[in-house]
Amino acid sequence: MNRREFAKLMGVSAVALSGIPLGITRAAGQTKGGTLNTIIQPEPPILVTALNQQQPTLTLGGKIYESLLRYSPDLKPLPGLAQSWEVSPDGLTYTFKLFPGITFHDGKPLTADDVIFSMTKLLPETHARARGIYSRIEKADAPDPLTVVFKLKSTFAPFLTALDCTTGPIVPKHIYDGTEYRKNPANAQAIGSGPFKLKEWVKGSHVHLVKHEGYYRKDQPYLDEIIYRIIPDSASRAVALEQGKIQLTQWNDIEMFDVARLSKLPNFEMTTKGYEYFAPHQWLELNNRIKPMDDKRFRQAIAYALDLKSMAQRVYFGLPKVATGPVSSATRFYEKDVKRYDYSLDKAKALLDEMGLKPGAGGKRVTIKYLTPPYGEIYQRAAEFIRQSLGRVGIDVQIENTDVGGWAEKFSNWDYEMTGNLVYQFGDPALGVSRTYISSNIKKGILFSNTAGYSNPEVDRLFEEAATSTSEAKRQELYSQVQKILVEDVPVVWMFEQAYPTFIDKRLKNVTTTAIGVHESFSDVSFG
Amino acid sequence: MSTLKSFLRHPTGMIGLIVLLAVVLLAVTAPWLFPDDPWDMVGAPFQPPFSEGLWLGSDMLGRDVAAGIAHGARISLIIGVISTLTSLVIGVTIGATAGYFGGKVDEVMMRITELFQTIPGFILAILLVATIGPKISNIIFAIGIVSWPPLARLTRAEFMRLRGREFVQAAVCQGQRPLTVVLRRILPNAISPIIVTGSLAVASAILIESALSFMGLGDPNLMSWGFMIGAARTVIRQAWWMSVFPGLAILLTVLAINLVGEGLNDTLNPRISRKR
Repeated sequence: MNRREFAKLMGVSAVALSGIPLGITRAAGQTKGGTLNTIIQPEPPILVTALNQQQPTLTLGGKIYESLLRYSPDLKPLPGLAQSWEVSPDGLTYTFKLFPGITFHDGKPLTADDVIFSMTKLLPETHARARGIYSRIEKADAPDPLTVVFKLKSTFAPFLTALDCTTGPIVPKHIYDGTEYRKNPANAQAIGSGPFKLKEWVKGSHVHLVKHEGYYRKDQPYLDEIIYRIIPDSASRAVALEQGKIQLTQWNDIEMFDVARLSKLPNFEMTTKGYEYFAPHQWLELNNRIKPMDDKRFRQAIAYALDLKSMAQRVYFGLPKVATGPVSSATRFYEKDVKRYDYSLDKAKALLDEMGLKPGAGGKRVTIKYLTPPYGEIYQRAAEFIRQSLGRVGIDVQIENTDVGGWAEKFSNWDYEMTGNLVYQFGDPALGVSRTYISSNIKKGILFSNTAGYSNPEVDRLFEEAATSTSEAKRQELYSQVQKILVEDVPVVWMFEQAYPTFIDKRLKNVTTTAIGVHESFSDVSFG
Repeated sequence: MSTLKSFLRHPTGMIGLIVLLAVVLLAVTAPWLFPDDPWDMVGAPFQPPFSEGLWLGSDMLGRDVAAGIAHGARISLIIGVISTLTSLVIGVTIGATAGYFGGKVDEVMMRITELFQTIPGFILAILLVATIGPKISNIIFAIGIVSWPPLARLTRAEFMRLRGREFVQAAVCQGQRPLTVVLRRILPNAISPIIVTGSLAVASAILIESALSFMGLGDPNLMSWGFMIGAARTVIRQAWWMSVFPGLAILLTVLAINLVGEGLNDTLNPRISRKR
């Protein structure tokens, strides 16, 4: 980028900031035009979401690549590239009708062939999570260019919940077919069919997206441009927000300790909505293989000894919601009628006494090491809170610090006693919950598998049956049952439904209207 | 006795000594002044100073800042003293050997010392602690490893100066063993500059420990001043007291040790002192 271009860029942003964005016109009740300035942090390695699924790639790539469906905040499917869809009564055949006139950024039309290529050929090779789901497709057909028919090998109810743009982005077949996907030179240009296309990416500075003129939805996108600025320092990000240089933040852009202060800014609205699809669930991971954590009474005692309400306030500045069990309340099939572990030191001590763990010298019953997840200050504070809380019932916690590589290495190879964990749920227990508890997923060396080593044949059976059942009512019943068993057994101590602060300029409309919030295409986002 | 008297008449040295004794007193009485664990969340979080029994306020988890400072004094002083002793043992041994024997031995010893002197001390300390793990024993070891070279060079210079003096020559001629000569004849005459440098090394050890803790490389199970500042850094715009008070504690302690060191220098080395 030369100086003139930079000046233009700044000029455009300055006008956008002043509240009278250049060339804004009103159409269909929503304002057209304007530039959205926001943050991308850290800088993504690539923008092709089909090839890389790190969070910044997904946030930015969501504007460039679309998928068959979108989801409402309560995870009901909405039209994406597919304007309508049908499931056969046996739950095996899914038929999608695409919108007419969809084009890629290079002008070529998007047809059923591109969908089939992406979902059955490219993604199973490049996207681990998509592989687990789309490899269940036995046969894919395109009776006409706007119709896709998938036939599954066996029933898999969550299939319809796994077609969002972070799981199933559609890429152009004419560019990728027959090439080595990861080395394709077109990756730099990131050609998708989304409402915005890549204009320029200045490494270390910003990613500049502009409107895709051939977008298939009438009048959309409303915005002319989106500029993702790369601001590595959290204090600078807060300042950029305070000065109104940016109109939107997401995920960890704003640190939790700054949220209360910045929530008072008059021009911004703070929301924690828009993460329902991911529903990040946070818990205290206990290695069930190690004594005394192999005893469910000990795990229950820990659940009683943690004052989670106070922890949410003190450590997380009141943002997250206390979790009641393995399934997030934002995820489908959540069961709220489960055993509760309200803060009670007496109950915790009684359980430990019952186990025969008597307090020894200095009131200590047992010493356990806590491996602090190396993701920053907040995790450190959480570790200190847990140590003090458990110390009150005689469980002596020794904190161990390590780096990112060391943590992943130790944790995934079961070389830990206690640690913190944060796992996404992806809308359906079969996609994001069962993996933590089923015994077939006890896999050494793999993060976010059943690392605690919990094994219960009844739980395995219920999860399996619920994943393959096609009746919603039946699934609810099975998941309710399994949640009750898990909450009684406490394989891990669930703590919080993690919340992330999204700061939105009050002039912006429709930013967090779906379950993937800031990852959405932003085709209907507008200034006023 | 005359040394003590002359130190007592040294004004800044005395101020330093009084402050230092106050810090030592605080460290010793911490378990009685603040019987609870300093990590305990005793009050509401973010309480400013002078609120509900918390003189210096509470931190983001509701821990008593005053209790943290008192218990942190113990850690800072223990680390300062023990790691200085470690570096004294290493530095004096190497310096004395090099200075007494000279020649090839001296060459080898000094090249090793220079090797350590060319590596920036603090960076080496970070590297060591990050590699062998943040435990108090490892931190003491790391600080000891990075702070011995100046002591070694000083000891060597003193030994080279004293090596040719008549009383040393006499002892050697009498057939006294090298160890005896070094320990009984030379070391007592070389000790005063070593004491002065050592006392200043305590201050720098405390600073290194604070900096390590600030960066999150302290022992996570021990309350220390550097840790308190490091943890409070993120909320400094909302709560100044969480970082200012431990910062003052570090400042006062290090200043006091430096003043005492200077006082010792003036009284122990009257010939090279700045005043007389």
